[in-house]
This record gives sequence, C-alpha cells and structure tokens, in this order.
Amino acid sequence: MKRVYVNEEWCLGCRLCEYHCAFANSGKTHMASALMNVKIRPNIRVEDDGKVCYAVSCRHCEEPLCVTSCITGALTRENGVITIDGARCVGCFTCVLSCPYGCVRPTGQGAMQKCELCLTNGGVPRCVIGCPNNAIVFEER
Amino acid sequence: MKYVIIGNSAAAVGAVEGLRSVDPEGAITLVSNETYHTYSRPLISYLLQGRTDRQRMKYRPDDFYETNGCRTLFGRTAVKLEPEKRSVLLDDGTALTYDSLLVAAGSSPFVPPMAGLESVEKHFSFMSLDDANALEQALFPEARVLIVGAGLIGLKCAEGIFGRVGKITVLDLAAHVLPSILDEAGAALVQRALESKGVDFRPGVSVKRFSGGSAELADGQALAFDILVTAVGVRPNAALVRDAGGETDGGILVDDKMRTTLCGVYAAGDCVLSHDLSCGSARILAILPNAYSGGFAAGTAMAGGEPAPRRTLPMNAIGLFGLHIATAGSYTGEVYQAQDAESYKKLFYSGGVLRGYILIGDVDRAGIYTALIREQTPLSQIDFPAVCREPSLIAFGRAYRDEKLAGKKD
Repeated sequence: MKRVYVNEEWCLGCRLCEYHCAFANSGKTHMASALMNVKIRPNIRVEDDGKVCYAVSCRHCEEPLCVTSCITGALTRENGVITIDGARCVGCFTCVLSCPYGCVRPTGQGAMQKCELCLTNGGVPRCVIGCPNNAIVFEER
Repeated sequence: MKYVIIGNSAAAVGAVEGLRSVDPEGAITLVSNETYHTYSRPLISYLLQGRTDRQRMKYRPDDFYETNGCRTLFGRTAVKLEPEKRSVLLDDGTALTYDSLLVAAGSSPFVPPMAGLESVEKHFSFMSLDDANALEQALFPEARVLIVGAGLIGLKCAEGIFGRVGKITVLDLAAHVLPSILDEAGAALVQRALESKGVDFRPGVSVKRFSGGSAELADGQALAFDILVTAVGVRPNAALVRDAGGETDGGILVDDKMRTTLCGVYAAGDCVLSHDLSCGSARILAILPNAYSGGFAAGTAMAGGEPAPRRTLPMNAIGLFGLHIATAGSYTGEVYQAQDAESYKKLFYSGGVLRGYILIGDVDRAGIYTALIREQTPLSQIDFPAVCREPSLIAFGRAYRDEKLAGKKD
C-alpha cells in the first residue's frame, strides 16, 4: 500500500509540510485564518540540526507499539492505517512512551493526535501535496 | 480446537486477538469473575475525574465478543485447574474442558496486615471498576480521605477523587512518592505538584493501628479520616496454576511462548513473571502494554502459530495534576541529567546501551528513548550526546533514517 516516504536529500527544511498538515487538520477553509497566530501542532515534523533536515511522520508500523500499548483501545490499525479515536483517548501518554519515532503527540486539548494519512482530507496526504521539492512522497515502495 | 481464557482484561483481549490471527474457527470461552464488558483498569481514576465514562472506557467495541466468536461466562470464578484432564472447574460446579487454556487472572490488591483494619467502616482498594464505584458511592464533599501508598495506584486515586472530597492525605513507608519509578529528586517535583493542590503527603511513615476513623501513625501522630484507601501494592493471581502443580516464583513462570510448566496451560499479564531486558532479570511487569502483548503472544502460540519475539521492560506514563511523567527500564549505570524549571530528565546507561530513563514535565517523543532501551541499540552507533539533549532521529544517522523513513531495505 501507499505510504508517506521521505527523500531526505531533497528536503529544503522549509517546513511547508508542517503548515499544510496543521491546516488540513484544522477544520478551517482558509489557510491564513487557520494558522495565523496559532502554535501549530502538525503530525509531521521537520528535524533540522543545521546540517541535515527531513520530515518525520507516523510509519504506520505493521507491529505498532502505540496500538498494542494503548490503554484505552483508542488507537487501532485498520487496512494498514493507524488512527486514533480522540473521544476515547484520555491523554495518558503511553503511546508517546511507546512510539520509536516520536510521532504521537498531544493535541493540547487532552487527547493525542497522529498522522492518519489524510484519510478524511481527500486521501492524499496534504504534506505530500504541499511539499515543493518532492522530499515527501506518497507511493508504494 | 477449544480454548478457554481465564480473565477478561488486556491479556485476555490480547489472547483473543492472537488466537484469531491464527485460528478463525476454534471455540473460545472467556471466564471472568467480573460481569462487565472488557474495560481498561487504569481508566478508573479517569472515570472518577469525569474524563471518561463507562462506555468510552471499554477496552474494545461492544461487538468484540461477537465479532471474535467468544462465548463469555461472566461472574464466574475458576477455582481448580486439572491439567491432566485438560479441564478447569468453576465456582458454580461447571467443568470446562479445553485443548489449551490461558490464565490471564491478573493481580489483586495487597492489603498488608494492619492492626484494627477491620474497625474501619469505609475501606477500599483501587484496582477494579467495582472498587471505583464503591469508592465513588462513599465520597462526600467534606470527606477526609486517607490513602495508604503513594505509588501509581494511590496517586492516581488521589487525582481521581481530587475536588470531590474535603481533604486527601497520602502516606507511604518510602521516603518519597512513586518510589518504584522515581528517584528522590524527581519525586520532589511531583510532591510539589501534589502539595500545590493541597494534597497532604506524609513520607516515611506507616499506620500502626486503626481505630474506627482514626489512624495511629508509627511516628506517634494520630490522623482522623472518613474514608480509607489502601494502595500498597498488588500480588499476582498465581494460585490457580500453583495449586495445580505449576511452577511459580511470586508470579507464574512462563517460557517465551507464554507456556506454564503445566501441559496445555498458558499464562500472561500481571500474574506472570516477565523478562526485564533492561536488567536481565525476571520480574512482575504489571503494566497494560505488557499484558496485551503477552496475551497476544500466548493466543498466537495456543493456536499453533509462532509468536513474534517479545522485548519487555518496565515502562510507565503517568499524568498527575497536569504534570506528565514517563519512565522506563532500570536506573543503573552512568547518568545524564538535565533539569530546568519546567522539566527533569535522567538517562541511565551502562555496558554501551541505554538502561532506563526518568522524564518529568517534558515527555515529548519519550518513545525514542524507550526504543533505545528495548532494542539495546549500541550507543557507539548513534550520536548519544545529541539524543541525550533531545530525542530525535538525527542521532541515528542516515542509514537508519533511509530504512525507517524512506523504506530502503539496504
């Protein structure tokens, strides 16, 4: 199945993926009003130490430790995609403790959030659409 | 094939899912002494806080048993295991036969002998939904609550009832809170958070004698209370296996396929001894992730499948009054430490690998540290100073990222 992959050598560190992700999951229709004066909490994050940079988002692991560790059953993997039911999540952080990639993070409103491959945002991850340099792609490998 | 599962919590659910991953047909019977749909025990404090409810705290959807073809016998207790007959006897006289059986009986609150305890009218444990419901019934706005035990259960109980009672006092024989997972300096931060909310913590003290609504403490002080919660610790429910001749050593002994020493009998969850890879020894890892994964492995093996190797270690995420704590592994070896007003970090390493950590305040991406412990990643292969400062994948190098982020196999 298609996944989000990173071409590290093409990453510019521009962080547009972060903004597109935050916008896509904001529920708003205008990017500016969604992001203006907001501390964004994207599900994809650029790591940049000044020498290398690349984006990191959920790997949708086949043996997902976040899912097997989840104390509420809010995290599930179906058809290869790991999603979280924000209504059942109590924000215990056990998934944060478990994810080897650091890709489950708090919403700031009590629950956790993670990349769900834009399943409800048109099906093609918006970070991929918004990447200006093909550093993030959605394909089978 | 006929499978019987004793238990209905995380290990039992893991076993059902493990069984069904191999055997879609076999008959599964679940026996539980509780009468509830499977629920998440750690959520009982969130239930009292109003952060979840009975529906949302269900560990699996309403149709879980139906979807997985499970017969449920709720409100029944397994009283005797007869492995030579491949049969288990229930408290109502029913004998269930099986091809393989899983003991996922969990653990029970340990209430140490304390003089005069029987004179306390309102005394509760805090492990089950029934415990939480009974405690909730007893609460009233002016109630003075005494919690004996400042571990995970005691403090989550305190958080759960906070704001619904008049006063909460927590005491522990240990010198600081969360003695099993925190060091003294880390515990001081948590204590401060508790005390800022008005929770009275008394370290290094035990109850000498109860007398109705009064506790005489070992230091001579007397403490009046309306409600008592004992949260001193838990003990594995190993009797079923032990009484049938299975080997136990505190917990039930199991091999890497979760087999006990009794033929056809498996065990998983809080009732078994697990291998703690952070220190190399066997211990009780009474945490939900371990219960689920052990149950899944057991179910897979019971159905004749080959369970994936498990890498188990202690790990706890706990939030208390808005302060987040993440800990994992063992606290031995050399220490990297960083602290500021908001957060506290200690990483423990020896033999070239990370052994354990304590994070308080900032627990973002803690799983990167957990993975270092779990995989026993040689620290010489990564930029350890960088990862000490901040958990990120930078420190792991290009080859690791190519494999994990770019899906490249070589």
